[in-house]
Amino acid sequence: MLRGHQSWEFANKPVILSTGVVGGPFEARGPLANDFDILHGDKWLGQDSFEKAEKKLLEQACEKAIEKAGLNKEDIQFFLAGDLMNQIITSSFAARTLGSPYLGLFGACSTSMEGLALGSMIINSMGANYIICGTASHNSSAEKQFRYPTEYGGQKPPTAQWTVTGAGVALLGKEGSGPRVTAATIGRVVDMGISDPFNMGAAMAPAAVDTLQAHFRDFERSPTDYDLIATGDLGKIGYQITKDLLAKHGIQMGDQYVDCGMLIYSEDQPVIAGASGAACSATVTYGHILNRMQRGELNKVLIVATGALLSPLSFQQKESIPCIAHGVVIENIPS
Amino acid sequence: MQIYFWAFVVGGLICVIGQLLFDVAKLTPAHTMSTLVVLGAVLDGFGLYEPLIDFAGAGASVPITSFGNALVHGAMAEAEQHGIVGIITGIFEVTSAGISAAIIFGFLGSLVFRPKG
Repeated sequence: MLRGHQSWEFANKPVILSTGVVGGPFEARGPLANDFDILHGDKWLGQDSFEKAEKKLLEQACEKAIEKAGLNKEDIQFFLAGDLMNQIITSSFAARTLGSPYLGLFGACSTSMEGLALGSMIINSMGANYIICGTASHNSSAEKQFRYPTEYGGQKPPTAQWTVTGAGVALLGKEGSGPRVTAATIGRVVDMGISDPFNMGAAMAPAAVDTLQAHFRDFERSPTDYDLIATGDLGKIGYQITKDLLAKHGIQMGDQYVDCGMLIYSEDQPVIAGASGAACSATVTYGHILNRMQRGELNKVLIVATGALLSPLSFQQKESIPCIAHGVVIENIPS
Repeated sequence: MQIYFWAFVVGGLICVIGQLLFDVAKLTPAHTMSTLVVLGAVLDGFGLYEPLIDFAGAGASVPITSFGNALVHGAMAEAEQHGIVGIITGIFEVTSAGISAAIIFGFLGSLVFRPKG
């Protein structure tokens, strides 16, 4: 049901029955390697293009989630997915393999929480028994599409981020054991006029701030109501801007505020300002954060996935980067 | 020995200009490269690039500015022989070796290596 201006409260509290988290070689060297279900040593995944490799990541994540939940492909009523490729080919091609009825999403790197919010809404309103929602990204395909081919050797400024190679999906159900999705806040598109695709964190920070403010307002909550608040892929620069902007609005984010883009890689990996990409918030949330919830270290978390809604064409035409952020609350509820 | 020193200084300075175009003027790599090519062409138009090569050797002939210089050189040389049409036919006269080499070696490289992204 609607809560406040732009939030949903899920009375039936859909359950995250299982997740599938797949990563590439770079992720395997990071501190969260143990939180992945499958890690690949070869960034091609044995495919002959990076786009096919990205599709394979998403397919494997779906297979893993279905297997972990003890279900069959046929049990999945709807598949909600999106990615960064033109015309979201990764998701659509993976949906072809999966064979489930499919809704394609585009929220760039916010797709993980867009999918989780919509999937929860469908389950909450009895529209399905089982839903898979998720997203994938691949470092090499993203570099090729949005920046420069790696061989071109274009220099990266200190604000640049590293796109995660991976896929993360959640299998949602009406009942069962697992963490539950209790609320979501849908973000507005916010554009502060930044047009530098090598500074996505700064472009997306105001969108994260807008959604966080809306969330706290709609639910009359404060940051201390959560054990953990994680933004999607703001990186070091966007993280600090978000903290500063919220402080200006009288919202103090404590130590429980983290950014997925700063968790997935270690300091000595050459990722510059941190990680980004649709799979960043998806793999960290569905892997690391949910594992921590299952161990009882966290009981109530707010994930705010941030997305930059640019296209290669809009960037070439010097348009600024419109950004968005969607927040979802996941809780451990004792049954 | 002196030519090594000036090659280092002049070549380095051309790269400094490129880096400033990146970092200060915020140009894209493609715009930076084109700007330097045009710069080399304009300098040659004023007859300044050849003396620079005489002075700094590879410091002036290796950077991309030299490509602009070569474009103008080829066009002017042909223009002297064939008039206005020579400008069109001569542009790639001197640079054709460089362009053909880029295509051929790029092709050979692609047969051996897999792209990184």
